[in-house]
Amino acid sequence: MVSAISLQSAVAVAGRFPVLAGVDLNLEEGTVCAVLGANGAGKTSLLRLLAGLTALERGAGTVLGADLTKNTSGLRANVGLMGHGVGLYEELLPRENLAFMIKAARLDPSGIPEALDRVGIRGRIAATPVGQLSAGQQRRVVLASLVARRPRLWLLDEPHASLDAQARDLVGSVLEEAAAGGATVVATSHEPDIVIPLADVVVTMAGGVVTERYAGGRMGLSDVS
Amino acid sequence: MFRDAALVAGRDLRIELRSRVVLWQVLPFSVLALLLFAFAFGPSQARLVQSAPGLFWLALLFSTVLFAQRSRALEGSPATREAARLLGLDPAGVFLGKTVALFLELVVLEVLLVVGLLLLFHVVVVSWLVLIAACLLAALGLASASVLYGALSGEARIRSTLLPVLLLPILAPVLIAGVRSFQAAIKDGAGLSGRWLGVLAVFSVVYTGLGIALYGPLEEN
Repeated sequence: MVSAISLQSAVAVAGRFPVLAGVDLNLEEGTVCAVLGANGAGKTSLLRLLAGLTALERGAGTVLGADLTKNTSGLRANVGLMGHGVGLYEELLPRENLAFMIKAARLDPSGIPEALDRVGIRGRIAATPVGQLSAGQQRRVVLASLVARRPRLWLLDEPHASLDAQARDLVGSVLEEAAAGGATVVATSHEPDIVIPLADVVVTMAGGVVTERYAGGRMGLSDVS
Repeated sequence: MFRDAALVAGRDLRIELRSRVVLWQVLPFSVLALLLFAFAFGPSQARLVQSAPGLFWLALLFSTVLFAQRSRALEGSPATREAARLLGLDPAGVFLGKTVALFLELVVLEVLLVVGLLLLFHVVVVSWLVLIAACLLAALGLASASVLYGALSGEARIRSTLLPVLLLPILAPVLIAGVRSFQAAIKDGAGLSGRWLGVLAVFSVVYTGLGIALYGPLEEN
């Protein structure tokens, strides 16, 4: 198997504060990894490091073959991030938001209607500017953008937050499809009951480091180094 | 770069057309400023004509600050800007796209202000060529400088107060060259306008070049 993520003693700082204090993490391509931990444990900072949005201050790391100590702009186009904020243009319709993202990523926009339909954004909702949608509907639009873009690395920060039961099931099935298609998924959560069954690997973080790693429940896999 | 520029310009203009903030807030402010200047100078026709070039450019510069704030606000929340960074857009293309969108908006504003000058100040333009050249060159310079300094001014909580302080001093050459060019356009001094149009052209080229080179690093930091 090909390595998707390899971090050795990775340190990242925000201002002078070390938000990651020596993370070791190795994931192969196609793995679904759930990251658990209390508030401030470093989960979001880990996702930002993996996306190339936060600099690797010390240690070593490669993501999708890109060295995090060098220019990460090439990495970013292969990464899809669903963060706490939805990251959409409020005045634009869901379809227009996706069209901008897809064209910017130099991908074929013909799959946009299908992606929106996949996450239940259709009819009147699809014709409403994103700023007028509910928080859950906005997160569905973000999910649709990932479905349409099909990045090689999916980074999801508490993807089940603000979602109803139906949408939570939808997130699970979309993640499963992404992983089945060869994408690597890293999802943080405060809800182990929901994410552990979806994951191949579960890691727990505290104080900016990975403190524990064990097998998740996806497809009955059980290995863990 | 140009493909990304067209994409970003289309996005910004689409958002502006839908939000109508520029249409219902920024453009009326600009016309009101010109109107108030006219009131301040009283009914003397000669004084109005004499002061018209300066007042036009002051109204344009103050309005440019609002346009610059608005252009930056279109980038959305920090989460939206981060999402855009993950799309692999060329920063130079983003800068050019935003500059083109702002340029077009400023040209619309300039047309409105020129109409205002003709109606309120009874200005008679002798050399339309000089006036149009000055307006287009200034719009490009103002747009490029505004987008660049918008990126420099950081987050929204301090941008509204910081941006005017950063932007207005560096726009002084546009004010001076614009006023001189307008005086030439009004007084049939087209022969004297070349140097001032040159200043506007140099300003535009310098800030467009700086923006292409620096927009990426500014956004990253």
